[in-house]
Amino acid sequence: MTHATLGLWIEKPGFLSLIQDAGRCGVMHLGLATGGAMDRHAWAWANYLLGNCFGAAALEITFGQVEFVSQLSANIAITGAQVAVTVNGVPQPLWATLSLKAGDRVALGAPRAGLRSYLAVAGGFSVAAGLGNSCATLHREKTGGLHGDGQPLKAGDLLPCEPRSQNPPLQRQVPVDWRPDYHEALILDVIIGAQAERFPSRSLECFFTQPYTLSPQSDRMGARLDGPALEVFGERLISEGISLGAVQVPANGLPIILLNDRQTIGGYPKLGAVTPRSLDALAQRQPGCQLQFRAVALHEAQRREKVFLSFFKKIL
Amino acid sequence: MQWRYDISGIDTVTLHFGQRIDAALVAPIHRAAIALKSSLGARLLDAVPSYTTLLLRYDVLQDDLASLMRQVSEVLNQLPDATGGLDARERRDAESEIIDVPVFYHPSVGPDLKRLAQRAGFSVDEFVYRHSERLYQVFAIGFAPGFAYLGEVAEELSAPRLANPRAKVPAGTLGIADTQTALYPIVSPGGWNLIGRTPLALFDQSRTPPSLLEAGQTVRFRPIAQDEYLELGGRLDDLPWGMEPSPDIQQGAPAETRGKDCDSRHARFMD
Repeated sequence: MTHATLGLWIEKPGFLSLIQDAGRCGVMHLGLATGGAMDRHAWAWANYLLGNCFGAAALEITFGQVEFVSQLSANIAITGAQVAVTVNGVPQPLWATLSLKAGDRVALGAPRAGLRSYLAVAGGFSVAAGLGNSCATLHREKTGGLHGDGQPLKAGDLLPCEPRSQNPPLQRQVPVDWRPDYHEALILDVIIGAQAERFPSRSLECFFTQPYTLSPQSDRMGARLDGPALEVFGERLISEGISLGAVQVPANGLPIILLNDRQTIGGYPKLGAVTPRSLDALAQRQPGCQLQFRAVALHEAQRREKVFLSFFKKIL
Repeated sequence: MQWRYDISGIDTVTLHFGQRIDAALVAPIHRAAIALKSSLGARLLDAVPSYTTLLLRYDVLQDDLASLMRQVSEVLNQLPDATGGLDARERRDAESEIIDVPVFYHPSVGPDLKRLAQRAGFSVDEFVYRHSERLYQVFAIGFAPGFAYLGEVAEELSAPRLANPRAKVPAGTLGIADTQTALYPIVSPGGWNLIGRTPLALFDQSRTPPSLLEAGQTVRFRPIAQDEYLELGGRLDDLPWGMEPSPDIQQGAPAETRGKDCDSRHARFMD
């Protein structure tokens, strides 16, 4: 006898809600983007609070405004963007475990700060891993995600999960001091790359001293910036594999930071690469936000990345 | 084997094997990728070959740059110092691994075929013969899942990209841009000159591996008639061609690179 699949029943899918995990591995050479949670910090906290392993799939909600009904008793956590969360109309905290019973209605408002919310459930969503051992949703490729077709959530979708096993439900929250302030001035760390030699020194100086503004044309493929145009010697190079965070400068001189859903190869000159920790912070900024760049040494960037990964890969 | 490397990100290095697009680099880069994958195993998260480079992604919890590069050097310095030269055994292996891709070269599925033949001063049959008589190597996969850039197309058959890319190119369509030729694995916008179509599924995520083609492989295009094309599951147009290519053609940019520039821009805004 089989029992019916239960889970979270989506009534309002919001502007863009995607199943995301740590992203794909080992398939970039097939032209497949890596995908994955844009702000790993908030995403990892949502899973960590619930005792899920690092890498568990969660729902990445861009610009809030999601409403769903739980069909079972479940423990969830919502982290990231500062949105109003209610359960059956009663306000609830972010960055904390919430315990739901069957029939509870959860609603997220629009962000007052930040951009992306992460919704995780204890035990993780029961979504099959696809390409690159991941269930990341790749809209442009029409691969991955809830139905394996790259589509964002829509009204009527069911996010399958298992009923809560712990009784009484565990209660945890992220210490207030550890929650990020998404209004904080944003400085992005950049590991300078070999192609930086293609940029005249006045361009590099400009890049590292002048403010840039996040353009509304940004998406999960790339963060487009408005600001001083950079001069570069030689417009195109031979296409090569592109790293996460690569700062490419096309003919118009305006840098683009390549993100999780970027194409796998490309030939624009690249000044360097923004570190993953800085990309986490960038993922919570809305268009129009000002930012600046700062050079960082590889070993220092790797040290911080290791601290981050080591923390979240230890399960409570 | 001649190579050098650059730091390209927090967890990536780019290995460089040459300065310009050259079919002779495909085999050594392919060999390097295979050797590194087998030696590094799970320490290597991704290895992405392209025209002159191999991008390696590693796990910063397992390796730092020094430990990674020590192993990479060891592996690469043991490989034969050859750009292009396959030894006899490798040539036999390569021959047996040629991927046969049946193509229905016809104006009904390749709307630019007549114009390209005319431009080259050949009959359509002659053009098809010349395009299909040579073996092509997969330089790189990119732009879309399973999208293979193959080369090199004979100089006399080459043609610049369309000034106005089409909004929709059906899956399986074979195109030419400059001296490269490519197959569109899924319906996409595209600016290549279209000359035919294969009935094969180039990308199928339920298959392992999902992509029919990978960088380093050798491909033979085998011309087939409409009957065989349909028998193999090929379809005639079920999509309107949309925007027809304009006769004025972009001028004067380098061969490979402008292609993707245009493709990617349109992937962004037309998808």
